[in-house]
Amino acid sequence: MEKKSFNGVLLDEHMLLNLSEFSRAGAHHTEWIVELVAEGILEPEGNAPDDWLFSTEGLSRAQKAMRLQQDLHINMAGIALALQLMDQLANLQAQLRQN
Amino acid sequence: MDYKDYYQTLKVDKQATQDEVKRAYRKLARKYHPDVSKEQNAEALFKEVGEAYEVLKDPEKRAAYDQLGMNWQAGQQFEAPPNWDAGFEFSGDGGAAAFSDFFESLFGRDQATQNAQSRANPNGPFGASHTHAEDHHAKVLIDIDDAYHSTTRTITLQAPEIDSTGHLVNKQRSLRVKIPKGVKQGQKIRLAGQGSSGLGKGTAGDLYLEIEFAPHAFYRVDGKDIYLDLPVTPWEVALNRKVKMPTPTGTIDVRIPKHAKTGQKLRIKGKGIPAKQPGDIYAMLQIIVPEAKTDEQKALYEKMEQALPDNPRSAMGV
Repeated sequence: MEKKSFNGVLLDEHMLLNLSEFSRAGAHHTEWIVELVAEGILEPEGNAPDDWLFSTEGLSRAQKAMRLQQDLHINMAGIALALQLMDQLANLQAQLRQN
Repeated sequence: MDYKDYYQTLKVDKQATQDEVKRAYRKLARKYHPDVSKEQNAEALFKEVGEAYEVLKDPEKRAAYDQLGMNWQAGQQFEAPPNWDAGFEFSGDGGAAAFSDFFESLFGRDQATQNAQSRANPNGPFGASHTHAEDHHAKVLIDIDDAYHSTTRTITLQAPEIDSTGHLVNKQRSLRVKIPKGVKQGQKIRLAGQGSSGLGKGTAGDLYLEIEFAPHAFYRVDGKDIYLDLPVTPWEVALNRKVKMPTPTGTIDVRIPKHAKTGQKLRIKGKGIPAKQPGDIYAMLQIIVPEAKTDEQKALYEKMEQALPDNPRSAMGV
């Protein structure tokens, strides 16, 4: 049984998403994304929410933030701190691998 | 079905106060959270801890669980006695995760699956995926080789739909999806119009597929780069030999540098996952010492011992 195959759009690092596209791609409420930007967890290009453009690398970050909030009941400032420490840890581990 | 000792899971006493239960849960949840923990089975442990807390945090559920009796041992064969929960009222806010059969036999499926609405990704890290509007989100497992050339995958999705009699059923459907060349771990592919047709709503949503690489026997992926351990013999190092090395695009020859040490890396530029700036392959050298099995082989080692009288421990003063 040969079925038609679908071509998707790869959301790669060259692609920029506006607020509503970004929210849909990560299954988030736009309000939640706005909060993440306000806390500096996501840093889109552009000044106002209508002009914001997100890189797709932020998708996994937003998802991680969501899980930290839901699973560990961490508030925004705590999420920002946890993500920052995780980034530092990842950088150190990458450096270790390079030596 | 095995009996689960929720007190043991949370490492609290049966007399623990609600505050103690909460403290124990918070501590273990932080320890095993899959985003934080580096433990192999963190996800399973995190789920177990979550299930135990779901019961023990709720005084009604906890009381019902307690009256099952104190004589059960974790892992013991278990079946819920009939009407075991008579007189208890549950008003839980079901957890987000799918819980164990043991939990479901006590507190029912509804509570266990309340939020697990779209089970589109049975392999996903957190079991249930979330639907927003009519978009669907699922994970797709591909091989590292697939990232080098475009490939087609058949994906089976399960999503709740309302059937003609008005019942909610889990509908299975399969889709053939083209995975473009150069995908990376965690990237998403958007398939417009392939979400659910929506429960009674008009336009169809989109389907988002998240790329995940299946573990490989010897390649490891880090972003666009690929790592592998490359075993070499001491003489391949000493004699500066060319050796064969696998890559996802085929076997290549690499020359082993003369003074190579175990753990050193050889970078094969541009052979990683394709992109505008393709990734690299890193071969981590592992110098292995072949075992001397025959007398002839032993004699060869003895000859080396005499001809190469280096003491690798001289710097240690011995």
